[in-house]
Amino acid sequence: MDIAGVYLDPVVISIIGVILILSFVLLTVLFLTYLERKVMGHIQMRLGPMRVGFHGALQAPADAIKLLVKEDLIPATADNWVFRFAPYVVFAPVLLVFMAVPFARDWVVANLDLGLFYIVAVPGLAIVGLFMAGWASNNKYALLGAVRCVAQMVSYELPLVIAILGVAMLAESLSLSEIVKKQDVFPFILVQPIAFVIYIVASLAELNRTPFDIPVAESEVIGGPHIEYSGMRWGTFYLAEYGNAFAIAAICATVFLGGWQGPGLHPFVWFMIKTYIIVFLIFWLRATLPRLRVDQLMGFAWKALLPLSFLNLLLTAMFVLYGWLVFAIAIVVSIAAIVLGYAIWRSRQTSRQASFVRPATVLLIEAAGGDGQ
Amino acid sequence: MSRTVETEFPTVDMMLNMGPQHPSTHGVFRIVVTVDGERIVDCEPYIGYLHRGVEKLCENYGYRQVIPLFDRLDYLSAFNSEHTLVMAVEKLMGIQVPERAEYVRVALNELNRIASHFLFYGTFGMEAGALTPFLYGFIARERIQQIFEAVGGGRLTHNFMRVGGIKYDVPADFKERVLELLPYLEQGLSDCVNLLSENEIFLARTRGISPMSAEDAIDFGLSGPVLRASGVAVDLRRYDPYSIYDRFEFEIPVGANGDTYDRYVIRVEEVNQSLRIIRQALEQMPDGPTIGNAPRVIRPPAGEVYVRTECPRGDFGVYLVSKGGPMPYRLKIRAPSFCNLMALRQMLQGTYVADSVMILGSLDIVLGEVDR
Repeated sequence: MDIAGVYLDPVVISIIGVILILSFVLLTVLFLTYLERKVMGHIQMRLGPMRVGFHGALQAPADAIKLLVKEDLIPATADNWVFRFAPYVVFAPVLLVFMAVPFARDWVVANLDLGLFYIVAVPGLAIVGLFMAGWASNNKYALLGAVRCVAQMVSYELPLVIAILGVAMLAESLSLSEIVKKQDVFPFILVQPIAFVIYIVASLAELNRTPFDIPVAESEVIGGPHIEYSGMRWGTFYLAEYGNAFAIAAICATVFLGGWQGPGLHPFVWFMIKTYIIVFLIFWLRATLPRLRVDQLMGFAWKALLPLSFLNLLLTAMFVLYGWLVFAIAIVVSIAAIVLGYAIWRSRQTSRQASFVRPATVLLIEAAGGDGQ
Repeated sequence: MSRTVETEFPTVDMMLNMGPQHPSTHGVFRIVVTVDGERIVDCEPYIGYLHRGVEKLCENYGYRQVIPLFDRLDYLSAFNSEHTLVMAVEKLMGIQVPERAEYVRVALNELNRIASHFLFYGTFGMEAGALTPFLYGFIARERIQQIFEAVGGGRLTHNFMRVGGIKYDVPADFKERVLELLPYLEQGLSDCVNLLSENEIFLARTRGISPMSAEDAIDFGLSGPVLRASGVAVDLRRYDPYSIYDRFEFEIPVGANGDTYDRYVIRVEEVNQSLRIIRQALEQMPDGPTIGNAPRVIRPPAGEVYVRTECPRGDFGVYLVSKGGPMPYRLKIRAPSFCNLMALRQMLQGTYVADSVMILGSLDIVLGEVDR
């Protein structure tokens, strides 16, 4: 392959690409930790980091140095090998995802024909690492967190995949570059709004982030699988978490927001703008929402998201086969169905609520009633 | 405690030790829960990690020296605890408290109630997994703390009430400062409510969780917001008025289901009622002396007295026995947190692990008071 007139071996190109991706991911994670603290700080009416560097800009490197020089504690009862290995199993898939993401026109390390399939499949490997961490820590909270983690990630993979299938049907390709090219007129979010919402929700659950941060909930399981980790091993989990957040946002930008397509600016700039909009959305949700409970989370995945994603698939199929008119009718019908379904669900909720209350025993004791409590 | 279920795959319950270093146990409280997967089968609360022997200490201190000890019981509403103690001594000695002192006491009590409830709001949001309510609650509370700082010098432990009145008069601009603060608090409260109270996830997490019937609530001896959430309209400020609470207009919010949501929403509504009381107290506050004619050395006559007040956490009682000496012969404290905690075991059974911290949070215990 020729780049700027110089012949380079494909192997050399891939190695350069890997190094570029690795440094890009690491720098991005550093920036994201700083950005999140700043965004959350301002949402919470405070300033966030301000001490290290200009407006705390050096806070992230300072944290990284602190993590690197910290003692690496391994509990005596932990399964040593698995415990040490787990963080890397969690982190590796993040890098793998970025290999297939087109950052700009032809800026992609591996232009896979099955790119869409690949970026959905690879993050699933992280589950193994998290469960390894939870199991090897030999800690009940870690185990509880790991079990939650596996259940959650496996459940949310399904609606995520099915939601993204609609896009594949419209683009008639699984290649990410092809999908981006198909969005030169309008981004797919305009025709796939349901899929977009499902994708965001399901990927928040994949990321273990608020409101689905159940596996790592600090008020319940105190960090879950991460509880026994310290120093850079913990830092690796952190890298993976933020790297994943960025990967999810990048995929979302690619698949739904038109990737690097955009007027005027350089394609890479457009890609970054779109990605950071999603990243900001993720941070915003984290600062605003409380956490769901395990059973509610499962119920939401199987009872709401999965049927909804199937519906989306059906609508997309209608559009592909019959064109706009039938699609419009189907949209109206399904919106009506969703609203009706929600209304029925709400009314059942309230009726169950009412039956929960025991016979009213409101005791209004008079002030003059004396001491008869 | 392990229970084996005879199914195809035999399962064993897991013992999970929560605390005393768990982040959601409000201090050094420990529960050993037996969980079947995510469900709590049984739980065993352990207390005493913060036991300082306050009741015994009181027997070795003069009455004035006892007041700071009471600050350290329920450290989130120190004015209310102090007030109960000085009321007990005053009742035993028959001391008349000057009008102005009474009004200042009421205003400070209610401010402290609001501060305590804002802190509850923050920690409760934290337990639900929302990070921002914590900051919102603390921002509003901080403004109240500044008033306290101006009044008594202390932010948490005030040592401000005296037998017969208050330590010294409040600053000249006290009234203006509080009146300035009230709209801010109202705004803060509505911000808080907008952020959390109507949130669909929050409702799902709290509605219908561990409901407590009125009979059960009374049987367990619950008091305060936890009792009123179950639909029992007992508020000592109205039911057994003390100090000058019979002069104010306010309502007693009562819950319908006694679930976690009711316990939360009652406290939010109580803040509104406290704001009303403060406004009335500031309007009616007369000028005059702030301390009555208490003797230099306080020697209550031999006898015994029981005084109880409505603290933010419930029915705070002081049983004082005097043999005529300068120190209490016996001083028994009825701590509302301690009594409310008794219901925890029943409340937790059958709930999820995730709910357990919310239920504990909805009881709003302060370990300084539980362990004494």
